[in-house]
Amino acid sequence: MRDVAIIGVGCTEFGELWDKSFRELFVEAGVSAIEDANVQGGKIDALYVGNMSGGRFIEQEHLGALIADYSGLASLNVPSTRVEAACASGGLALRQGILAVASGYHDIVVAGGAEKMTDVGVETTTDALAAAADREWEGIMGATFPGLYAMIAKLHMHKYGTTQEQLAAVAVKNHHNGTMNPKAQFQNEISIETVINSLMVADPLRVFDCSPITDGASAVVIAPAEIAKKYCDTPIYVKASAQASGTISLHDRPDITTVDATVAAAKWAYKMAKLKPNDIGFAEVHDCFTIAEICAIEDLGFVKKGEGGPATESGMTAIGGKIPINPSGGLKACGHPVGATGVKQAVEITLQLRGEAGKRQINGAEIGLTHNVGGSGGTAVVHIFGREK
Amino acid sequence: MSVPRFWRRIKNLYNLIGTHCEKCGGFFYPPRNMCPKCRRNGIVNPFKFKGAGVVVTYTIVHTAAKDYAKLTPYILAIIKLDEGPSLTSQVICDHSQIHIGMRVKSAFRKLGEESDKGMIYYGTKFVPMEEKA
Repeated sequence: MRDVAIIGVGCTEFGELWDKSFRELFVEAGVSAIEDANVQGGKIDALYVGNMSGGRFIEQEHLGALIADYSGLASLNVPSTRVEAACASGGLALRQGILAVASGYHDIVVAGGAEKMTDVGVETTTDALAAAADREWEGIMGATFPGLYAMIAKLHMHKYGTTQEQLAAVAVKNHHNGTMNPKAQFQNEISIETVINSLMVADPLRVFDCSPITDGASAVVIAPAEIAKKYCDTPIYVKASAQASGTISLHDRPDITTVDATVAAAKWAYKMAKLKPNDIGFAEVHDCFTIAEICAIEDLGFVKKGEGGPATESGMTAIGGKIPINPSGGLKACGHPVGATGVKQAVEITLQLRGEAGKRQINGAEIGLTHNVGGSGGTAVVHIFGREK
Repeated sequence: MSVPRFWRRIKNLYNLIGTHCEKCGGFFYPPRNMCPKCRRNGIVNPFKFKGAGVVVTYTIVHTAAKDYAKLTPYILAIIKLDEGPSLTSQVICDHSQIHIGMRVKSAFRKLGEESDKGMIYYGTKFVPMEEKA
């Protein structure tokens, strides 16, 4: 296996982008990534694209071919593969790209993710997202995604004393980080009161505890580490790539408040990178709901089980805190175009490690982690990146 | 959900019939045709659950999918059956009454409907143990 590096990144703005089509979005993200890497199109050996539900959102499947074609790579017959794992589709596409380069099968690979969620009404969007849970045994019983995460939150509060204010603190922090990200869907500050007085979706989760519906695309260019410096001054090295499965239904999970797929993927990633949770400088984690970030920082080993709420409230996870979480604004404020999210997380880590994150720059960032989850925990992907091999 | 997809599950949804592995003794609801522990060595047969269990966690859903919008706000819960497995369902009771650890039992109820002229889904919900179902 070869060492692998990210040599270029690109991302569209995230938001309700009614004037942009799916194909315009991924071309924009892909072009900015290959321009950043200073790579010619003819050098690209393969494409991997994360997308959850093109069939439902834009009534279009066969997205690999569409993307290759509209990126001008069909004439070169470049292989292009769509990867799906619900909200973890992007993280998985990134991992497929990394594996393809690490194995020696391909040299220059573009891994991207794209989702166009606002071409259909919110009912269709909600129903398409619900397909990430078990349709036959959760959906038919009236389970919604906020409902599933609300049940996690309810039990977390019951077992560990986590409060509504601690959940809200996740949203407040991520909105604050979003104010410093020009690509974020929400760039406004909110207060604890805004969150806890907002519309109830599924008790105890309110609208401001939930990530939004978003259009957007992101892409990275991956190359073997030994030639990375030919393309860029500061390649960002992949120190670990790990993926784990869990039960598709929340009710089958051994502990409702622990995403065991995250625990497993993190364990393997730390082992691969020869690092401990303490060595990680900052992370982009999967905060599809505020409770998800609290569980994530626990399951990734940054704090003990049950201490995610107080840790967030204390400012430990803010930029400038002991371990900044979601400097991009996370899914909550930057937005959550489901297939693009996992790749966007790697884009943010790369910008931070290069020192190019602008106002939200974390000082002295050397090692960053990404954590992407599909559904209520059926899939988890963890990557660790560093400035050094 | 399409008619054949629902029809296929009627016995499981109406009568709480899951499966049981005679090799390891594991109980499964929702039903599984392969035992996740014994895999190919398992001996899996249908099993009718008694319907008694306990609320592991719950939420009150205020914003639901289209087919369930008429029911809001409703209590969605994970219930651990006395035989072992956990499932997702709704609990029918006063909203101030629901709590983690509450004893419940199964009840045949309407789950939802597709539209005024569409299919009506029936299945198993839960009610407090002390109440006559």
